[in-house]
Amino acid sequence: MGILKTFALGGVHPKENKLSANAAIEVLDPPKQAFIPLGQNLGAPSKPVVARGEEVKTGQLLAEASGFISTPIHSPVSGKVFKIDNILNASGYKQLGIIINVEGDEWMEDIDRSEDIVTNIDYSSEEIIDKIKKAGLVGMGGATFPTYVKLMPPPGTKAEYLIINGVECEPYLTSDHRMMLEKGREIVVGTQLLMKALKVDKAIIGIENNKPDAISHLTELVKNAEGISVQALKVQYPQGGEKQLIKATVNREVPSGKLPISVGCVVQNVGTAFAVYEAVQKNKPLFERVVTVTGKDVKKPSNFLVRIGTPVQQLIDAAEGLPESTAKIINGGPMMGKAISSTEVPIVKGSSGILIMKEEEAHRKTESACIRCSKCTYVCPMGLEPFLLSRVSRVGKFDIAEKEMIMDCIECGSCQYTCPANIPLLDYLRLGKNKTGAIIRSRGKTA
Amino acid sequence: MYKFTISGSPHVKSDESTKKIMYGVVFAMIPAMLVSIYFFGFQAIRVLVLASIACIFFEWIIQKYLIKGPSTINDGSALVTGILLAFNVPSNLPSWMIIVGALVAIGMAKMSFGGLGRNIFNPALVARVFLLISFPVQMTSWPKPTGFSKGLTDVITGPTPLGIVKEGLGAGKTMSELRTETPSYVQYLVGQTGGSIGEVSAIALLLGGFYMLWKKIITWHIPVSMLGTVIIFTAILWGANPEHYADPAFHLLTGGMLLGAIFMATDMVSSPMTHGGQLVYGFGIGVLTILIRVWGAYPEGVSFAILIMNAVVPLINQGFKPKRFGIKPGIEIKS
Repeated sequence: MGILKTFALGGVHPKENKLSANAAIEVLDPPKQAFIPLGQNLGAPSKPVVARGEEVKTGQLLAEASGFISTPIHSPVSGKVFKIDNILNASGYKQLGIIINVEGDEWMEDIDRSEDIVTNIDYSSEEIIDKIKKAGLVGMGGATFPTYVKLMPPPGTKAEYLIINGVECEPYLTSDHRMMLEKGREIVVGTQLLMKALKVDKAIIGIENNKPDAISHLTELVKNAEGISVQALKVQYPQGGEKQLIKATVNREVPSGKLPISVGCVVQNVGTAFAVYEAVQKNKPLFERVVTVTGKDVKKPSNFLVRIGTPVQQLIDAAEGLPESTAKIINGGPMMGKAISSTEVPIVKGSSGILIMKEEEAHRKTESACIRCSKCTYVCPMGLEPFLLSRVSRVGKFDIAEKEMIMDCIECGSCQYTCPANIPLLDYLRLGKNKTGAIIRSRGKTA
Repeated sequence: MYKFTISGSPHVKSDESTKKIMYGVVFAMIPAMLVSIYFFGFQAIRVLVLASIACIFFEWIIQKYLIKGPSTINDGSALVTGILLAFNVPSNLPSWMIIVGALVAIGMAKMSFGGLGRNIFNPALVARVFLLISFPVQMTSWPKPTGFSKGLTDVITGPTPLGIVKEGLGAGKTMSELRTETPSYVQYLVGQTGGSIGEVSAIALLLGGFYMLWKKIITWHIPVSMLGTVIIFTAILWGANPEHYADPAFHLLTGGMLLGAIFMATDMVSSPMTHGGQLVYGFGIGVLTILIRVWGAYPEGVSFAILIMNAVVPLINQGFKPKRFGIKPGIEIKS
């Protein structure tokens, strides 16, 4: 396995709690009614192309991309469009979405539904990118950045490495882990497709050392795949962060304010690699994904293959119900996920897990005075000073926040996790980033 | 319909707490406390108990009647200050002076700045220097380490090794003559020497230091930089004239050097926030301590050196930023 690599600055080690690591992926039935928000990617929301009352098939185009950084959305179910209306999203906002009353499960004819694994790559780089674009692929790790945009390096830059993110550094979550174990071959083909699309000859699959079965399985599978290697990584949060993973695998540092491509790297999640396989080899748009449902009191911590638009409640029911003790539900992992207010919120392309927390875990501890212990600075993976940034943000000194590089914060939460005084550092950092970002943008407009 | 809690991420929290850190420091001070009780007997117990209770009392009463905020005495920081204050005074110091010291430490150096985390200077050291300047006779009459064999009032006092050397060199004696008048290095290591109650035993202090390093309460930067500077500085002087300057081991093991390096200079609140800054801070304390010890009016300079460097900390924090991710070295220091 070689020496375990990791990133250089900061990092924390929260309790892993991977309760569902041994639960094989179960296919969940389509919902009775699917709620499909139109903004499922980072960037512009999609534009609906279906009307109320229209019959749709599974995999049929529902909404098209409305700009460069935007993706189409396909129907995860077959049935009749009930209405196009505001639906509650995971952030607690009402957002325009398409609601479909499900009837049967009739798929589009051009989707290859066979179990065979297609390993022959018959497409050119451009064809692969086009298929990925049309299939509505976004980063499945949670950032939901349109995949095809990352595959087209801007002029003057060139990709050297494709890095596949199998780190899954968030505690509790196991969807990527299960994918690597059960869909390893497809992920390898997806990786080869991405390599061809990017015209690179080197790909590294980075996996943390707490998943030895996934490491050995994929190491075995890539033996005959030229240019792909598996890199075991020391367990450390937030190793799944793009910049941290690049540092850990190829020891390059993405300059402040720049994209990974500036150091010749493109990072894609293992879930995305699988979706690329399905989109290109099986003609299947992105309309379902693997979601972990977990929590200390959850009776059956599970990993489900679910249709986009399925209400969270249905996943919880399949994991044998909401525990009595439930006080908080998180969409995503405990370090970066969002607390949701209702179980009616639908699964979207970026949902990686549903974490159910009990009363004792649900509340923050009382904040006390900062004792200037510097622990937030020691753990910051970006080399920032969270105590200082939160303090200047609290009093509105955004000029200092900008100078002290608040925009480099990746919101990983390591500072707040570690703070002995329980100060909500990340709350203030988010506020500061938001305001500072607005100031920077307005400056650009007037200049 | 269930009601769920909504809050921003992260949704998990490490088990670090201010209380845990403070009681960790208290735990690390236990070896030095035991040694002080062994060598200075009942008097050491009196000083330790009185200083701790007085510090906690003053914090409680100021918080309740002047700041009018929730009680902060449970966080353990007042207890740490109390023990450190006790560590920094001779075992025969009159009780009322200890109480005055506690009032200065908590009232003047800590609570007047707004309480825990906001003070610029180390409270225990402010109190020590206040007492030293106000009551120079009582603060420099050091009982011999006689343990429980002597009663509560019958005390033999004498100067500390640093005092013997300072006076002796001033009177024209050589180091080889003075070495016969001072305790052996073994006695320094175990603590069989005159001095403030917490500073005498090198081994006990180092034990506490290693415990705090292991528990990640402190990092190595400040103690190593401070002691390293002292070793290099004194080695140069000693190498130039061994009869006129004490050797590095003597400087390292006597006075408040180890107590200062391990427990006082590493105080989180009053030390720099980055490792780079901490190295500079330790270096400054080392240089100032030796300057005062060798050429100053006082035989001991650790307290003054730390307090002076405390005042420089905000400036150090401005100049020394962490290594930023994605910024080439050399341009990360911004004013």
